[in-house]
Amino acid sequence: MEQSFIYEAKGQTLIIHMPAELDHHNCRNLRYETDLLMAENYVSKIIFDFSRTTFMDSSGIGILLNRYKQIKAGGGVVSFYGASPQILRVLKIGGVLALMPQYESKEEALYR
Amino acid sequence: MENKFLNGNMNQDDPGNYVDGKMWNSDGEMSGTQEKTGDVAEKKRWKPGREVMTMKIDSLSENEEFARVVVAVFAARLDPTVEEIDDIKTAVSEAVTNAVIHGYQNGEGTITIEAAVEENVLSVTVSDDGIGIKNVEQAMEPMFSTLPDERSGMGFSFMEAFMDRVEVISAPGKGTSVTMRKKIGR
Repeated sequence: MEQSFIYEAKGQTLIIHMPAELDHHNCRNLRYETDLLMAENYVSKIIFDFSRTTFMDSSGIGILLNRYKQIKAGGGVVSFYGASPQILRVLKIGGVLALMPQYESKEEALYR
Repeated sequence: MENKFLNGNMNQDDPGNYVDGKMWNSDGEMSGTQEKTGDVAEKKRWKPGREVMTMKIDSLSENEEFARVVVAVFAARLDPTVEEIDDIKTAVSEAVTNAVIHGYQNGEGTITIEAAVEENVLSVTVSDDGIGIKNVEQAMEPMFSTLPDERSGMGFSFMEAFMDRVEVISAPGKGTSVTMRKKIGR
């Protein structure tokens, strides 16, 4: 099943609502879509929302690390919220947990 | 030589040619063909206490989810925890993704997935007839990727993190076969 990312822009912040199943197949468009959004808008903060996500593999780690490098290079920040225990485990093994602050909710991620 | 090698792969009692958990034959080539793998699977199918499932799918990224869900449902007979099911799904997803994007380079091909349960151990073999891997040891290194721009290079690391044992048989032009084992319910 094709699952899409939903993008939400708030000022210089881009919130990316991740799909339920975050694998290679569902990650294919993210790179292109975020590149496009970041070329057209000044983005200094990316927040990943995992609250819908029930599955993730190393393809998800690949896109998170890519966005992280891209934003960090411009001095911005990347964070996430809504991760279930399974997603947290994958983020930890993938080394992402040490790089990005984790929040409980969108509001917390936005205003901290 | 070929049969011994394959038997070594299928038989947990015979360690075969392992190097650091990976398996090779003496001349560094993957031996055996799909038919032979099938024969072995057929013989093993009726071993008491062993249950086997084999499926062949087109090498398409949309089949990644299908494959991991089928293996997870097959593994359910071992009464795994939710966490174990997630581990299995992630590991299978990694192996199938590798076959799709590396083995077949996003082109046409067939991926064979064989899963077996014996006592409380699940084993899953994901094999393709794709381009194969030149240097398996390097491919299994964390963060190594032939597509570093889009991939994290963590596929094999994830398989090793989520399963107990991972064996890779591959050679250029001869496809790749990844066998993973996991004990369910500790």
